[in-house]
This record gives sequence, structure tokens and C-alpha cells, in this order.
Amino acid sequence: MRLDWELARRGYRRYAAYPGATAAGLFTNVFFGLLIAYILLAVFDQTSNIGGYDVGDALAYVWLAQGLLSVVASYGPSWSELALRVRSGDVATDLYRPVDLQRALFAQDVGRAGYQVIWRAVPQFVLGAILFDITAPADALVLLAFCLSVCIAIVVSFAIRFLVNLSAFWLLDYRGPMLLVLTVAHLFSGLIVPLTFFPEPLGDILRALPFAAMLQTPIDIWVGEPLGGSTVGALLLQVFWAVALVLSGRLVLAAGTQKLVVQGG
Amino acid sequence: MAELGRIYLRLIGARARSQLEYRASLVLQIFASALLTLLDFVMILVLFENVPELDGWTVQQVALLYGIAGISFALTDLIVGHLDLFPQMIRDGTFDQILVRPLPSLLQVVASDFSLRRIGKILQAVAVLIVALAAADIEWTLGRAAMVPLAVVSGTLIYTGVWIALATIAFWIVDAIEFVNAFTYGGNFLSAYPITIFGRWLRNLVLFVIPIAFVAYLPALYILDKPDELGLPEALQYASPFVAVLTVLVARLVWENAVRHYRSAGG
Repeated sequence: MRLDWELARRGYRRYAAYPGATAAGLFTNVFFGLLIAYILLAVFDQTSNIGGYDVGDALAYVWLAQGLLSVVASYGPSWSELALRVRSGDVATDLYRPVDLQRALFAQDVGRAGYQVIWRAVPQFVLGAILFDITAPADALVLLAFCLSVCIAIVVSFAIRFLVNLSAFWLLDYRGPMLLVLTVAHLFSGLIVPLTFFPEPLGDILRALPFAAMLQTPIDIWVGEPLGGSTVGALLLQVFWAVALVLSGRLVLAAGTQKLVVQGG
Repeated sequence: MAELGRIYLRLIGARARSQLEYRASLVLQIFASALLTLLDFVMILVLFENVPELDGWTVQQVALLYGIAGISFALTDLIVGHLDLFPQMIRDGTFDQILVRPLPSLLQVVASDFSLRRIGKILQAVAVLIVALAAADIEWTLGRAAMVPLAVVSGTLIYTGVWIALATIAFWIVDAIEFVNAFTYGGNFLSAYPITIFGRWLRNLVLFVIPIAFVAYLPALYILDKPDELGLPEALQYASPFVAVLTVLVARLVWENAVRHYRSAGG
């Protein structure tokens, strides 16, 4: 546990070393948030409700999604860092350290996510909430469920990125597949447009998939529109995906390690 | 000038040939990058699933904006997209090497990469533009037909100028390059929508400061023969080529000025 804590602190400090990058990222985030907010305001000029979202919900979506995208690492080096180590063979060093690779990487990722929450997500969300009239959580319990859901979203996001990285054990060029998964993740997580805006039943199907558990689920909980109308149900589905994906990651890592040993590195 | 053009073509030709060595990987990357960029258009389609029009613009008309802006931006990305990595050249001292070579520094930086996978972005935008031109119910005249390629060329020059001018921020703040993304990627994102939906400050910004409104919105008003809700002078609808040349000239001045003030990390 102490090791996890130290690794998480290193993960945090790695991002804290570049305050200029954080400020620039924050600026770009807010700028995109403004653009999307204006677009959705123009959309809600023509209608008052889309898939359960009213204009306040849509604006809450904008600023929550823009804040969470750095927290759940919709972009960034963590999509390919381990893959590069697999390709260069450095992963062999990682594997004979006396720590579990998946657990160690997760601890670092928690540190990374913590940094993004404090310095990216919260400041830009506060700014968005001041500038626009957004939906607030119905009560303290909803807010608590939202926070819990964000934590699970970080686990799901980590587990998906871990699996994508592991593809490098089998594929010589991981970049193509990585870009494809990234594309699917952007669209199906609700980053591009709220999944509730898709025509039914497509919207509900997308909201039940693991990618939605990265981003859309916490936002749905915040605005009071969880899938199936049940916050507890939405959280349980999210936990299910987190567990399934983390376990798959362990199995795939074991298979990849086996291959590495057979080939002699 | 012709000599510089020849050198540029030789340099990027070498970059392109090295990528063509890995044919299968390149094809997959072109396909993947086309899909990733297409997401912005998917967003437009999903929005129009729920409403018939956006501030008086139909989905076909918005697709025209997306197509013109998208091709321009993809071409720009092919030419100068690697400016994203320019801060790295300053950090590791590669830029100092560039300064001692007998070629303009801007030319060398621009010619330092040429990512063929970005062709995927061009292809998807061309596809959207063709469908939009066919579906948008345009009363074709010679002038309108000529405006389509003219807008694409002008748009490419405008985006390129903006990208170069803003990238010079790396001379002062090395790790702040993502700031530039707001106006490059962000500028392209907003070009796909009628600028009337954005706040007044943002409209003035893209009309008079960072002239992104001249990429797609103003030429499209002319092509579609749409009334201008902002009451701007009609001449602005034909002004994109002039604005483009002006933007590139300003960008060059900014770059040269920045290089003059550059102090390398080595003292």
C-alpha cells in the first residue's frame, strides 16, 4: 500500500512538473467548452428536450465532459507508453520487478488522474458553471454517486488503455489499432456528443457498453438521467465493466508474458 | 524562390518515401486518421437527428462548411501539422542546428516532416464536400463554382499562417504548445458551423483577429447565396484570397521577429 502511494505521488508529480502545459491545456479545454456550449445552445433553440436532456443538462454535460476528458485520459501518452516498452523490449525489466505491473501502472495513473482533477477539471468546471446556467445535482446523494462514478470511470479508462497497450505483444505496429480504439472510445464514451442524443435504441445500447462507463455514466448521474432510471443500477453496471476489464487485462498480460518468455524476449 | 521550392519538394519527398516503405502500416494509419477526424462530422449528423436546422442552416449547408474547412485544415496539417513538435526542437537544441544551416529556418522546420497518414483526413473531408455540393441545392454560376477551390486554397493558407504565427509562442514558453490547439484544431472545429451561433466576442475574434471566418463561412455565404445575418459588407464574401495572402505575410513577419529574439538554452 505504501508502494502504491509512492507510485501515485510520482504519477502526480510527473504532470505537476509542467505547469505551463497545464495552463495551456486548460485554456484549450475552456475554448472548446465554449464552442460546444454555443453549438448546443443553438440546438436547444429549436427544441426543449433531447433524450431526457434539457438545455441546463446539456450545458452541464459540456463542462463535465470537458473536465473529465483529461481525468479519464481521452488523449495522451498513456495510450501508447507501455506499448512502446513492449516494442523496445523494456517491458522485460518491468516484469521482473517484484511488483505487479498492472497494479503499479494503475497506482501511477491514479496520481495522474488526481492531478487532472485538481488542476484541470475543477477550475474549468467552475468557470463553465459561472458563465452558463447549468443543472446542479438534485441533492448531496447524487453528488456523492457522481464522485463515486468518476472514480470507477478512472478504473475503466485505465483498464481499457492497459488492454490497448498490451496489443503490442502481438502486433508489430500498434499505432493503427490504437487510433481505431481511440476513435471508438471518443464516440462511444460520449465525448463527441451525449449518447442520449443518438436515436433510440442505439443510444441506450451505447450507454450500456464499457466505453460509456468512462465518461457518459457519471454525467448521466449528475443530471439525473442514469441509464434505466436507476443510479444504483448505473453504478453497478460500471463496476461490472471495471472488474471485467481489469481481469481481462490480467489474463492478456499473462498470455503476452508467456509469448515473451517463449520467444526469449 | 523557385530554388527554395525545389529544395522543399526534395526534402518532403524523402520524408514521404521513407513512410511508403511500410505500406500496410501506412494504409491502416490513413484509414484510422480519416475515421478519427470524421467524428466531428458524426457530431453534426447526430445533432441534426434532433433538429431540422441550426440558426437557419440545413445539414447540407453545414456539411458544405465542414467540407471546405476540413479539406483546408487537413492540407494545413499535412504541411505544418508537425509544428506541434516544434517545442521539442527548441528543448533538445535541434533548432540551433537549423539556424547555422544556409536555408531559411522556417523552411527547414516546415520541411522537417510530412506525415502521409494525414491524407486520410483529406479524403474524408473531400467525400463530405462532394456529397454536400451535390445535396445542398446550389444555383451554380461560374463564380460560385470557382469559389469552391479558391476557398480551399485560401483556407489552407489562412490556417497555415495562423498555425505558424501562434507556434512562435514556443520561443518564449516551451511547454505551452497546446494553447495553439485552441485556434488550430479549435478554429477548424468552429469553422464547420455558421459563426452566427457563437457569442459576439468570438465572432469578432474570427472575423478580425484570427481570420478563420474567411475559411468557410464567408465563401459559403456567396456559394449558397445566403443572406448575411451579420450585415457585413458583401465584399468580405470574396475577400478570402486577399486575407490568405495577408495572413501568410504576417505569419512570416512574426516568425522572423521571433527568431531574431531567440536565445538558445546554451546561452
